[in-house]
Amino acid sequence: MPIRDVINRAEAEPVLPDPMLVQPWRVRRLVRETADTFTLELQPQASSGQMRFKPGQFNMLYVFGVGEIPISISGDPAQPRMLLHTTREVGAVTRAMRQLRPGAVVGVRGPFGTAWPIEECEGADVVIVAGGIGLAPLRPALYQILARRDLYGRVVLLYGARTPADILYRRELERWRARFDLEVYATVDRAMSGWRGNVGVVTALIPRAPFDPSSAVALVCGPEVMMRFAVQELLKRGVQPGAIYISMERNMKCGIGLCGHCQLGPAFVCKDGPVMRYDKLADWLQKWEA
Amino acid sequence: MSVTGANRVSATVVIERAAFPQLLDALKTARYKLLGPKLVNGAIVYEELAGAGELPAGWAEDQMPGVYKLKRRIDEALFGYTVGPHSWKKFLHPAVAVLWQATKNAKGFDLAAPPIRAQKLALLGVRPCDLHAISILDTVLGRGPYKDPVWAALRKGVFVLAVNCVEPGGTCFCASMNTGPRASFGFDIALTEVVEAERHFFVATAGTERGSAMLEKTPHRPARPDELDRADQLLANAASKMGRKLDTTGLKELLYRNHEHPRWDNVAGRCLSCASCTMVCPTCFCTTVEDTTDVTGRHAARVRKWDSCFTLAFSFIHGGPIRASVRARYRHWLTHKFATWLDQFGTFGCVGCGRCITWCPAGIDVTEEIGAIRHTESAKSRKEAS
Amino acid sequence: MEIKQLEQLLAESDFFKDLDPAYRQMLAGCGRNVVFRPGEYLFQEGEHAREFYLIRKGKVALQIKVPGRGPVILQTVQDGDVVGWAWLVPPYKRQYDACAIELTRAVAFDGVCIRSKCEQDPKLGYEFFKRFAAVMAARLSAMRLQLLDLYANP
Repeated sequence: MPIRDVINRAEAEPVLPDPMLVQPWRVRRLVRETADTFTLELQPQASSGQMRFKPGQFNMLYVFGVGEIPISISGDPAQPRMLLHTTREVGAVTRAMRQLRPGAVVGVRGPFGTAWPIEECEGADVVIVAGGIGLAPLRPALYQILARRDLYGRVVLLYGARTPADILYRRELERWRARFDLEVYATVDRAMSGWRGNVGVVTALIPRAPFDPSSAVALVCGPEVMMRFAVQELLKRGVQPGAIYISMERNMKCGIGLCGHCQLGPAFVCKDGPVMRYDKLADWLQKWEA
Repeated sequence: MSVTGANRVSATVVIERAAFPQLLDALKTARYKLLGPKLVNGAIVYEELAGAGELPAGWAEDQMPGVYKLKRRIDEALFGYTVGPHSWKKFLHPAVAVLWQATKNAKGFDLAAPPIRAQKLALLGVRPCDLHAISILDTVLGRGPYKDPVWAALRKGVFVLAVNCVEPGGTCFCASMNTGPRASFGFDIALTEVVEAERHFFVATAGTERGSAMLEKTPHRPARPDELDRADQLLANAASKMGRKLDTTGLKELLYRNHEHPRWDNVAGRCLSCASCTMVCPTCFCTTVEDTTDVTGRHAARVRKWDSCFTLAFSFIHGGPIRASVRARYRHWLTHKFATWLDQFGTFGCVGCGRCITWCPAGIDVTEEIGAIRHTESAKSRKEAS
Repeated sequence: MEIKQLEQLLAESDFFKDLDPAYRQMLAGCGRNVVFRPGEYLFQEGEHAREFYLIRKGKVALQIKVPGRGPVILQTVQDGDVVGWAWLVPPYKRQYDACAIELTRAVAFDGVCIRSKCEQDPKLGYEFFKRFAAVMAARLSAMRLQLLDLYANP
């Protein structure tokens, strides 16, 4: 079955196949990341299959007979024949997913949604602020930036996790930290003595992070409250509201703006997001139960 | 504007009541499935019709907040009612649709979408408000970067016989929403039914070549000026008989300004969160999907069903619902219809058909709720000015 | 001249940099340079709070000992941060431990010395408390976020 190849929704518009049909992808392996998170590595069932996606986009993943959920893509956009999705076991579908064995087939629809503004980051300092599993949808952005590192100014990753054991992609973070062209600061909300890293909220890393706020583009993903406070710190630091991007999460059933579930004010998070410019959403973020 | 609307392609003609069934017969002969109003279980609903004989001749309703009662008319008008609990979305955006079925195989699973019906549909007696509702759903479901395949398949080639509204109901406010009582677009044929002591006839105009061809197959003659005047007069009269009114001036901004307003608490005290309004609404399009398997676990299906923003599950993300309170859910629905819809699709999401008012078991009236919010604001500004 | 060096340090710190230089000079008179090796305590819970610290370089864990769990780190502070405010508020008792987890150089300020200067010169007192209030507000707001345990599995 042909894998949908959608790079830009607008230019792809006339040839979209039935967006409700899932494409089969095979589980290559399942990597446990932390106690409650894992990464599903998928490869196309067809030898010609692939999926071009942009950093920040998501797929709808279907486990046969169980259900379908949106999960952000966390792999490398330069490897369209390998789909990575990092998720947490929180519901029926993710629990079933966790039980999948290599070779099992899952259904994939996507890629859907908006992307991190990587082009806009060119020539600018890039501040990536991630909280918890919010690092997953930001990893493709980092891959893409690091692939053409010369195009960007300073690149800073600020990452907050719950405890040292909850740090996602730990080995990769260590490799990144060892690079001279990427600043990585991690912090945890709580730790036992013996932990030599930072303890404190991720927002506390923003005031001292090395970047030029006047030229910086900020990419923020994490729990909504964490994003709200991170944005406030970024603004305090002098980052322009229009240069801050956040990735939102809402209930999604269709992924393509037709089912109505993901509305946040005038936005459909699935098609106007998940990545949205902060200044366009600012009013709605403050509205309770909007 | 007159009955001879913007997309008229033929002269306005008159069809006598006696000849009217032949119009439906012509559609049937052209292999259309006739869908139209019918008296079922104490309400006028839209269902498949065998012919004109099944139209609810001589029936009308009393509609008030939370009240729908059939009553006999003094005449035998075929379209003398207003609108019932159904809207045309039941045919074009079905309440239940199988999106695909899958069967496990050695390699994984095979998946196929069931074919969507083949017979062309003719919608008979579409009110102008509902024409707008169909057009709104065309935008929502058929114009985005992704199109709903079910809507696209069912909507294609639909024949629309519109009937102008000469009997607005007690909960109608299409005049306020600029969607009626006269059809101005989106029809193949538009009729105005005129019932007089001695005569019963239809003033008809075709909006498409297809409509014109159907008129050709029905006995008719050119409309006389006095007949046109009579139809115009009925429609002008109808506009002034609306049971409800809504001031839409700056409505979007009004609602955006009043996300926090005591009226939301007030209405939440009455709203049962039963989702009735969203089911009867001709533009509410929200759906959910259910993934099912049979007992063998080998066959799976995805079924799409109408959903409602009034349910708790609607906004659920891991941890809990975003809109946990009835207050928030009512506010979301109303704000969507009258504010965010404008930003999303360029029109209101309300056509003023009044169904949500009539079919609300608590008799909640959107025009009254909006009026109350507007009133407190104007009272406040009057106070500040003095 | 230690005082001159201290004055220079204060002028470069975020905490003191926009303070009237005359005041900085006065405050420098209350400070001294200190060094803590990893594992060494700046102070411990229950002690009388005599000083506060401006960290020049290093990292300090603020922690509370929880029986059965061991010391729990509530926060780490580092270069440019200020540690300790128990000296400011009676009965001047430390409420948690501060333990160096890296080699830490800091300026220790004598609380009694500073309190008496602030008493004598309320304007200095106000300037000083404004700065401490900002630090405390930031800590409180960070603690609130930590309390929400945002990354927990719901």
